[in-house]
Amino acid sequence: MPRRALALIGLAAWIGLLAATPWIADNYTVRVAITIAMFSAMALSWNFIGGFTGYPSFSTAAFFGIGCYVGALAQRNGVPMVLAWTLATVSVALFAAALGAIILRLKGHYFAIGSIAVVEVVRLIVSSWGSVTGGGDGLNVPLLQGSPDWVAAKVLYVMLAIMLAAFAATVLVDRGRLGFGLRCINQNEDAADMVGIDTTRFKIAAYALSALFCGTVGAVYASWVGYIDPTDSFSILLTVKVPVMALLGGAGTVFGPVVGAGVFVLLEEFFWANFLEWNRAILGGIIVFLIFFLPGGILRLDYRRLLRRTLRQRETGQKSPEAAE
Amino acid sequence: MSEILRLERVSKAFGGIRAVSNVSFDLSEGEIVGLIGPNGAGKTTLVNLITGVHPLTAGKVVFTGQDVTRQKPYQAARRGLARTFQIVQPFPQMTVLENVAAGALFGGAPDTMAGALAEARRELDFVGLARLADTPAASLTLPNRKRLELAKSLAMRPKVLLLDEVNAGLNSAEIDGALDLIRQIAARGITIVIIEHLMKVVLSISERILVLHHGELIAEGEPRAVVEDERVIEAYLGAKFAARFKQETAGA
Repeated sequence: MPRRALALIGLAAWIGLLAATPWIADNYTVRVAITIAMFSAMALSWNFIGGFTGYPSFSTAAFFGIGCYVGALAQRNGVPMVLAWTLATVSVALFAAALGAIILRLKGHYFAIGSIAVVEVVRLIVSSWGSVTGGGDGLNVPLLQGSPDWVAAKVLYVMLAIMLAAFAATVLVDRGRLGFGLRCINQNEDAADMVGIDTTRFKIAAYALSALFCGTVGAVYASWVGYIDPTDSFSILLTVKVPVMALLGGAGTVFGPVVGAGVFVLLEEFFWANFLEWNRAILGGIIVFLIFFLPGGILRLDYRRLLRRTLRQRETGQKSPEAAE
Repeated sequence: MSEILRLERVSKAFGGIRAVSNVSFDLSEGEIVGLIGPNGAGKTTLVNLITGVHPLTAGKVVFTGQDVTRQKPYQAARRGLARTFQIVQPFPQMTVLENVAAGALFGGAPDTMAGALAEARRELDFVGLARLADTPAASLTLPNRKRLELAKSLAMRPKVLLLDEVNAGLNSAEIDGALDLIRQIAARGITIVIIEHLMKVVLSISERILVLHHGELIAEGEPRAVVEDERVIEAYLGAKFAARFKQETAGA
């Protein structure tokens, strides 16, 4: 498929560009690149449950936050860094699988609310359990060794690796039995059950996959920033942003979450830098606009038709009937 | 003919309402059995009990010698106990071919996507939907949706197929087509339970008929005998129909 090949080349170029930032750009840009890789990995993760399966999960921040804390606590107790990251990944996946068995019985809005509640509950537990987590004071995490430039580059490559892993998992799921089953569940869960899909197991698998990479990202993030606290780790804003990114690019598609995360982070940076006081409001407006006018995401746009329409308009110099509809 | 499915004193209560009570019957391999009864008699509930959609309140379901009373719907599907829905249940945004492939991949034999697609094409050929293989399921007409539902169930390689009103909403020409298809399915050795409102359809195709009324099995036997049964006439058919049917079949 040439379109798919083209998209793959585009993705490779995009990742190449992000990976080149430590050599060609300043530290601020590297930071943006890290944020993009981080959110791409999380949007790709969310896509398993929210995109393929159609369960609007808002528990991303819970997975991210638990990843932060497990990674940080493990490192503070002398576990080597990479092992601590792995530990965070595994425990978040197990947490999601156990939790999924309970809350995946909910559907639609109820599931959305239940998944948001998970973030709050975990945050409250972490901030109240002071003896282990340091409570509201937060935790210091052993700093990465090396100059700031070197640390930023290292974090960038780790985040890019996680993003690539999440992307590879997406491609595998998309082509395989699991992805097909999840799409069936998304379109008609009763019928999926009736054709022999063990819907509970499939949904739990999707939910665990949606958690896994967020756990890794959280642990790496903790090592990067060197200090975590409950408010920062379990932020409601994070839990909303990630699904918005995936929707923006195109939920349920392979490339959508990457496109969405990239566009969203760049827009956010742009408005942050240029409209210091109004940036959140502008961003909110953009989200509303996108959801209303691009419900299928950027990737679902019919660019050829759009192009034809603009060309025709330019030729006739007036509104074509098609454009008026 | 050996027994393939047996129900032993199956009951289901929804709160205080007994939707199905004490129903016992068995099916032999390769049979076509009609299940009739007035609206609300518990026909669809019975199908739901057999395929594990609702848990039983009491009783036992035995499929190929195995107690499957507590099975889940997906397990029923994999064991070879397939059903169609009264209200068709396609995967709307998938193509017709993908819909059927889902049945083949998850409920049937093939383990690979390619195998499932090949199986799906065969079944689409069988039901006569091959030329619509690549259209989205949502764009099909009602008769074709019913055919799709059949193809999907067949791709699961069922031993027993429960057809819940596959003819509802079809006109008489379409019904003839559907009946042909059901006979061809039976010829493949699949045991069929057909739930139907149209008496002519059931009587013409079934070898045996079960009559359900207020959740109870009130009659069972050959079509001719069932139609003459006093209780069935009273509960469902009405005296007029019974008389006419007797006349018609006597003349034929």
